[in-house]
Formats: sequence, C-alpha cells, structure tokens
Amino acid sequence: MKSQNLGRQARAGWLFTAPMLIVLGVFLVLPIILAMWVSVADWTGRGSPLNPDVNYVGLENYRSLVTEPGLDRQDFMTSLRNTFYYVIGVVPLQTVIALLLANTVNQRYLKGRSWFRTAFYFPSVVSSVAISLVFLFLFTSTGAVNQFLGVLGIDGPSWFTDPRGLIHMIGDSIGLWSIDSPPNALADNDVLGLSFWEWFSGPSVALTAIMLQVVWTTAGTFMLMFLAALQDVPTEVEEAAMVDGATKWERFRHVTLPHLRPTLLLVITLGIIGTWQVFDQMYIMTQGGPAKTTLTPAYLSYSTAFNGNNWGQGAAIAFLLFLLIFVLTTMQRIILRDRDKSKRRTWPWQRTQPSEQGVTA
Amino acid sequence: MTDTTSKTVGVTELSEADGAVGKGSSGLRKLLVYGILIVFAVIYIYPFIIQFVTSLKTNTDAVDNPLRLIPNPFDTAAWSRLRDTQFPRWFMNSVIVTLTVTTFRVLFASMAGYALARLKFRGRDAVFTGLLAVMAVPGIVLLIPKFLVLNDLGIYNSYWALILPLVVDAAGVFIMRQFFLQISISVEEAARIDGAGPFQTFWYIVLPMAKPALITVTILSFQGSWNELGHYVIAVQDPDLFPLTRGVAGLTSGQLGSGSQFPITMAAGLLMTIPTAIVFVFFQRYFTQGANVGAEKG
Repeated sequence: MKSQNLGRQARAGWLFTAPMLIVLGVFLVLPIILAMWVSVADWTGRGSPLNPDVNYVGLENYRSLVTEPGLDRQDFMTSLRNTFYYVIGVVPLQTVIALLLANTVNQRYLKGRSWFRTAFYFPSVVSSVAISLVFLFLFTSTGAVNQFLGVLGIDGPSWFTDPRGLIHMIGDSIGLWSIDSPPNALADNDVLGLSFWEWFSGPSVALTAIMLQVVWTTAGTFMLMFLAALQDVPTEVEEAAMVDGATKWERFRHVTLPHLRPTLLLVITLGIIGTWQVFDQMYIMTQGGPAKTTLTPAYLSYSTAFNGNNWGQGAAIAFLLFLLIFVLTTMQRIILRDRDKSKRRTWPWQRTQPSEQGVTA
Repeated sequence: MTDTTSKTVGVTELSEADGAVGKGSSGLRKLLVYGILIVFAVIYIYPFIIQFVTSLKTNTDAVDNPLRLIPNPFDTAAWSRLRDTQFPRWFMNSVIVTLTVTTFRVLFASMAGYALARLKFRGRDAVFTGLLAVMAVPGIVLLIPKFLVLNDLGIYNSYWALILPLVVDAAGVFIMRQFFLQISISVEEAARIDGAGPFQTFWYIVLPMAKPALITVTILSFQGSWNELGHYVIAVQDPDLFPLTRGVAGLTSGQLGSGSQFPITMAAGLLMTIPTAIVFVFFQRYFTQGANVGAEKG
C-alpha cells in the first residue's frame, strides 16, 4: 500500500514538473549550449548555426574582444567603462535614497504613510518604455528639467546628446585640464585600446540622465525591502535604547542599521546584478550614443549580433558579461562572509547578550 | 557602510551617549520629515502629471512650455492619431500574450512548486538545485541564445515565439514552492487516506488553499509579461506581431512619422500604463509581497 502510494507520487512528481523542465530545458538550457557553440564558430546568421558550413574558430571571437587591438575591443572596453561608472553611480544612490525613503515613510506619527509609499513605489511597476518616453521629454535641451534649472540660474546641458564625461567636465571647471586639449600624458597612453583620458572620463552627461532615471524608477522597490525589514526591528530594543536616552540618530545608527544589514547586503547585491545588465534604456533612448558613451555590454551584444550580423562575437560578449556578473557576486559574497567571521574574532567582547540578539542580526 | 552597520553595540553603550533628546518628535523634526516627503512626492508624481497634460497639448506648445500644466490650445489630436497607427494592434497583441503567458505561468508554477514541496520522488533535490541555478542566470545574457533556438525551431517571428519561452518562470515556481512548504500537510494526508490521488489532492484540496500565492504569481506574471521588452525585441520582427513595449519603443526613432511628436509618445506611454495602474491599485499588497520575495531568496 505504502510503496504503491510512493510510486504514484513519483509519477505525479515528474508529471507535475514536466512542463517546467521542458520549457526551461528548451528555452534556457538549450539556448545556452547553442550560444556557446555560436561563440566559438563563424556563423553569419544564415541558415542554422548547426549546418556543416559553419566552422569552429576556437576562441577567436573572445580574442578580438579582449586581446587583439581593434575596433571590436575598443567598443567592448568602452561599454565596460560606461557600465562601470553607471554601476558605481546608480547602486549607492538608489540604496541611500531607498533607505532614506523607507525610514521616512516608516515614522509612526506620519499621516498618509501608505499614500507616500504608493507614490514612491509606483514607477517600479510601470514599463521602462513608458518611463523612458517621459524622461526623453523631460530631459530635452529646452525641457522641463532645464527650465527648472534655469529658474535656479543653471544653464542645463542638452542631456541625451551630450557625450562629455563628468570627470572631464569637473577637471575642466576647476582648471585641472582643458576638455578640448587633454594632457598628453593621459591622452597618449593606451590600456586595452582606450587612452587613460578615455578611461577616466566618468559617465557622460547622457549616461548621467539615464542613471537619474533608473535611480528614480528602482528606488521604490528597494524602499519596500527596507520597509519590510524596518517593521521587524524589535521594539523592545528600540524602547530600551530610548529609555537609556539615545537620540534618534543614535538609535538609527546603533539599533536600526545593524538590524538592516542583511537587507542592505541584499539590496546592494541585487543592485549590482541588475545594473550590469542595463539594456532597455539604451535600446529605447540612445542606441549607445552619443559617441558610444551609453554603450553597455548588454546593448553591444545585441547590436553586434542583430545589427552587425556578427553572431559569434555577440554571443561571446554575452558570456563575458555573464562571467563578470558571476565573479562580482561571488567575490562580494566571499568578502562579506570573511568580514563577518573576522569581526567576530576581532572583538569578542562586543558580542551581545542572548537577549539582545536582535541588535546584532 | 560596513563599519557602522556591522558594529555590534550593546544597549549599555547607547546609554552613555550624551545630547539625548528623548522620546517623541519635536515639531521641527516633523517638519523636516514632511519636507523630505513632499519634495520626493513632487519628484515622483510630477512626471506623470506632465505626461498626461502634454498628451493634450500641441507639439509646439509641449516644446515651448514643458512645465505649464494647462494646455494652450487644448488638443486631443495625439489621442486620435494613435488610433490611426498600429497602436490598437499592439495593444491587442500585448493583451493576448499577457493573458496566455499569465495563465500558463500560474498553472505550471503551482504544479511544479507543489511537486517540489510535497511530492516525494527520486531526483527532486536535483531538480530544485537546477531551478536555483537557473534563477541565477542573468536574463539579459539569454537574448541571443533564445533567438538562436527560436530561429532553429522555425518559430521565430510568430506568436509562439512571443509566448512559449515565457510560460515558465523560475521565480514563480520558487514562490509557489515556498508557499506550499508553509501550509499544513494534515489536510492533504486526510485526503490521501480517503483515497484521493495526487492529482485530485492538488486540484481540489491544495490549489484552493493557495489563493494568496496564486494571486501573487498572477500579478507578477501580468506585470512581467506586460512590461517585458528584451524578449519581444528578439522574438519577432513583423510590426503586426509587436506587443506594446516593442511597438511604442519604436515611436522614439520616428516610426509612423511621429518623429519628435511628444504629445503622441506621452499618450502612448500613458495608455500602456493604465492596465498596470489598475491592477496595481487593486492588488497593491500582492505587489509588495512580490517585491519582498527577493529578500526571502537571499
């Protein structure tokens, strides 16, 4: 009786998971395998990549992206540079704003809390296309943003068509260098196909506009994560701190923030994974321009394959991006785990009493 | 961030801090909090207001007075011009794709989630490990690979290509599994003793109990497939097959002679936002839950 039941369960188990296994197998595992082949082959987009005319070319596609001087490598490095500035701009900013909003909305005496929460979260559920169209309009050279800046006496740039790098502009304005004739030491020395001057450009004005848009859109999602964690802060600990006369800021720093640590790490990890994949905004608004300053690996991979018919290289870029995201998140995990351990070892006297465990989290 | 957050501080240490203000919030602090909130509220809501107002302006008025909230002249031409474009067709495509994808996603996710949580079968742990691995693959790197398979299967540029790859979503399976792990097993066992097979138990006993999780997955699927862009870019090339996101994204590059016709792009964006907004208003707490699923994963 029991074994018969188990047999039925086994059959049902495979039947129930069959649709998932088939769809994920055909549209996820199989594509990855096929793309691996394409990334080491010379398929030009005609016929099937599995037909006998397609040749194995080894790591040729990867080499032209990483080691061989040329336009391909220059574009790929440019896309990495852009996305690097994009990530180190967007991730901290969206995390801090999300935390600020969550902490503000969480004030108990506040009227209309849920209304504010809704307003901040709503952009997260709206299509990136709709939002991009609005921002294209807001950020035109005579648009709403520049009119507002004009009121403050600031002459706004023509955002989405301005390729100037922020670091270049800052250096120019404080007299460190002139943007039109960069110092030879920087301009004449190349690493991986880009000069130092190009590497240290900072995000372009156009990319900055996209960054602002993305922070505006995603901060609400992360605010919700922080809010959920804030509502779990043990009230006894907070009350105890209050009785002991801790100021609001002290309570936030020493009670709330340590409690939020796991959420903070999650938000940063998800932020890094998400930002390295940025594609939609480039596809909709800039197509990589102006002057390739909004080119990202995801968009470059797409345009190399679909517009340039260089499928092997497009697939190779996708795999390199995959590898990069994988390495970054693994590295982050290892570093943070080690730090947790070493912290505990370094300051054993700081270990809390069992009753205060909520504080350490 | 790390130094302050990881520092472990006993309550005793806090008591030594001076300059304590104590309980309650002073009027000044309240003012500051409301100040922050209102500034951000304006930043978050104003773009949507501008979007709506601009859709009722002429293009000249929109360009000359982007901040003014009263159209002069009042002009609904953008809305009626949208009707003459392929916009209605794209809207219909989006409805077809979203409804189909959502239906199957919910069905397949609850089936697989139930099996992974409750049914005992050899290989279950391997399947679950595989699922977690799949969830870790960044979606954007799959664009070219998915095109290659769609092309090789001969379904590129069809409704099949739009729908099939989306009908299973690993995150949805994960949500359902976590839910089934939480609910009590006793009812199922009672049903089994009464002679109900796994299918009957699933359909008549388990699914009705899973309503909150089912709604969460439905909402996430709806929002995900309505707003999807990357997959629609690589799955079709015939404008008649475009879902809204793909079609409207083309409006920026001047398709249909819209050029920089801002009232039209604003109206198009607004129309594609309305279904999401309606669902959002009615099911907000399920969105909230969905957003926090990530927290559970980590």
